[in-house]
Amino acid sequence: MSAPVLQMRNITKTFPGVLANDDVSFDVHAGEVHTLLGENGAGKSTLMKILFGLYQQDSGQILLRGETADITSPTDAIEKRVGMVHQHFMLVPTLTVAENVALGLPSDRGLRTDLDAVSKRILSISEQYGLQVDPDVEIWKLSVGERQRVEIIKALYRDAELLVLDEPTAVLTPQEVDDLFVILRQMTANNTGIIFISHKLHEVMELSDRITVLRNGRVTGDTTPAETSRQQLADMMVGREVKLAPDKPVQDLGLVRLKLRGVTVKGDRGTIAVDNVDLDVHAGEILGIAGVSGNGQRELAETIAGLRPAEGGSVQLDSTDLSKANPKQSRAAGLSYVPEERMKDGAVGEFDVSENLLLINHGDKRFLRRGLFNFDAIRTHCQKMVDDFAVKTPSLTTPTSSLSGGNIQKVIMARELESSPAVLVAAQPTRGVDIGAAEYIHSQLVVQRSNGVAIVMISEDLDEVLGLADRIAVMFEGRIVKIVDRENATKKDLGLAMAGAG
Amino acid sequence: MSQFFTLSVLIATLATAIKFAVPYLLAALGETIGQRSGVLNLGVDGIMLLGAFGAYYTVLETDSHLLGLIVGIAIGLIMGVLYAVVTVFLHAQQGISGIGIFLFGLGFSDLLFQELVGTTKPVKPLPTLDKLPGVGGIFEPLIEIEYLGPLLFDHNLMTYTAFLLVPAVTWLLNKTTFGMNVRAVGENPQAADSLGVSVARTRFIAIMFGCVLAGLAGATLALQLAVFQHNLTNGIGFIAVALVYFGAWQPRWVMAGALLYGLVTATRLRWQSLDIIPQGASDIAAMTPAIITILALVLLARRARGPAALTKPFTRH
Repeated sequence: MSAPVLQMRNITKTFPGVLANDDVSFDVHAGEVHTLLGENGAGKSTLMKILFGLYQQDSGQILLRGETADITSPTDAIEKRVGMVHQHFMLVPTLTVAENVALGLPSDRGLRTDLDAVSKRILSISEQYGLQVDPDVEIWKLSVGERQRVEIIKALYRDAELLVLDEPTAVLTPQEVDDLFVILRQMTANNTGIIFISHKLHEVMELSDRITVLRNGRVTGDTTPAETSRQQLADMMVGREVKLAPDKPVQDLGLVRLKLRGVTVKGDRGTIAVDNVDLDVHAGEILGIAGVSGNGQRELAETIAGLRPAEGGSVQLDSTDLSKANPKQSRAAGLSYVPEERMKDGAVGEFDVSENLLLINHGDKRFLRRGLFNFDAIRTHCQKMVDDFAVKTPSLTTPTSSLSGGNIQKVIMARELESSPAVLVAAQPTRGVDIGAAEYIHSQLVVQRSNGVAIVMISEDLDEVLGLADRIAVMFEGRIVKIVDRENATKKDLGLAMAGAG
Repeated sequence: MSQFFTLSVLIATLATAIKFAVPYLLAALGETIGQRSGVLNLGVDGIMLLGAFGAYYTVLETDSHLLGLIVGIAIGLIMGVLYAVVTVFLHAQQGISGIGIFLFGLGFSDLLFQELVGTTKPVKPLPTLDKLPGVGGIFEPLIEIEYLGPLLFDHNLMTYTAFLLVPAVTWLLNKTTFGMNVRAVGENPQAADSLGVSVARTRFIAIMFGCVLAGLAGATLALQLAVFQHNLTNGIGFIAVALVYFGAWQPRWVMAGALLYGLVTATRLRWQSLDIIPQGASDIAAMTPAIITILALVLLARRARGPAALTKPFTRH
């Protein structure tokens, strides 16, 4: 085997109160894909930020091509031929592709930019790797997949020999993921070393040559796809046995509880975001809504929840017409809503855990005594909710924003399910949530299904939809373009429908 | 009203409008560069006042306009360093620190004026082209050209400088590496940082451009009017900041805004002198520029989208 492009030896990094990387060793050879796998907070990002010069390690060594490298800034890293495709793209939307690529590079024309030469080289790179993109178009006009190509071109333009991709598939359709993997394979064939960060286990198994698992800042596994399985990887990440797919008892469909007819909704920019949607959701079923983010799912959820007025059509819960309802009326009719943006719409970060648990029913007689809060009753009630939902929090008075994403989501779920709703709308219920917490949230959704709740689960994660839903609807450009029973659904067909080609 | 709509009066009003637009234009162009880099400077008016006093006092003492303008620039530089340190390196809230700069400029320029000068003493105004030592003779016949002469040639050198800066700033922002960096750090500083563009250095230089032009705008104003007094600018610096929004961060539209402003002011003065506006209503008429700003901002600024990182201090996470 060739000499490693990168060796990170015994890297340790502490932040006040946190040991982010504990004696981590990790290497990448030219021409291989080495995956870094781990939960949020496992130390992947810290390790990569050290590699890219954004953080300095407390101890340990970085070697590039066998030589000690002292990387103190992103410029250093770029000069040493390390490229990084960040999870949140590092692109300037108002600049063109060529300008974004040229940023930070010296120009051959003195003060003036030399975009013609840059465009030329971009075109030759895009030809070589099949990375189709127009150098003169502004970034904001590009699709997410195209933006990612620009990010990869940025790295290739700087002759990266080592490329870090931080959760690159999170925002892509399955077809775009396939395209990306082809491109990455082409890069490894050209001897580029690739560090792939992901928590989507099937992708990791498909793409990786080697896999390193991190947990709580330490390496807990170093393996290859041939030697391991998805189950083993998940166990290594979490540190115990996890259930990847919840057991879902077979049950018959109940009556229709949520009925949408011709629902049309405008988005924030005044354009049609949801276009004439009909849906029936039955008691005791999970209807999964799949689709790439931004195809009207958020607007649809907000309309059902009474947060966004519909331009036309009707929303009916049991016999109540909710077409013109406000959130209070929707809730009174039996609707609960777990929003996509949990810190923006789902919880008040500065409020403590018990305050967030009471956010929708603090006026309830149970919690009042002579018109004032009865704190004993509140404490007892909230403690029970925290226990029931296994929320990991130091206390009921801890500010909610200091909890992990998974625990904040559990607080929201506990609050929304406390009222025994008839219909639950859960948008991206496990996005950015640890496997352990996701497992718990999934099991809760199945429990609610058994209790006869009609559940609408919106998710960009096809594995989640396939694992939980009884029926699957695919949204594309505001319309339901496909609706299919779980048994008849294939990943490929759903992926095509998500891309509008179904 | 009829005496206003004669060609010679209209031309004279336009020529005055161009002259009035100059301090607005200089200050607003500088502020455009700063804001494109993501830094709002509400202290422009204060820097203008200091630049105005500095230039006025220098001319009072030395009789040299060139030296006066250089002092205006130097004051801009000093204030720029101060503002940049506070906002870029100490990550202060830009709105508040800008107001601090304004109040400092307002108070300190007046204090210096009281201590060093006392009562208003006029200085020589900036010479128009035909009065320039040595070369003035060349321009004398040009000014005599009917209508076009007074409109295009009866101005001082700072007027031409200000209007030539419009294409220059456009070129700087759109065609140079520095300008690309400015636009990038104003829009997504994290992205620029990840490619090795120094956000702090880029913003520092952009602030310097802004403050130097603010100092120069103040100096020009004082030397056009040939006096200094308490609060000489009377809010021109704030209007200049508003003009940047009005002009949607594009130098040519900023220029259009400055000209509109100059035109409104010139028309108002002309109407007052022609008694078109009754004496009692002159205070109300004096408000027109402010009303126009508010209307323009309400109608136009709503659709324009500014630099995404405007007013946001940058720190690496």
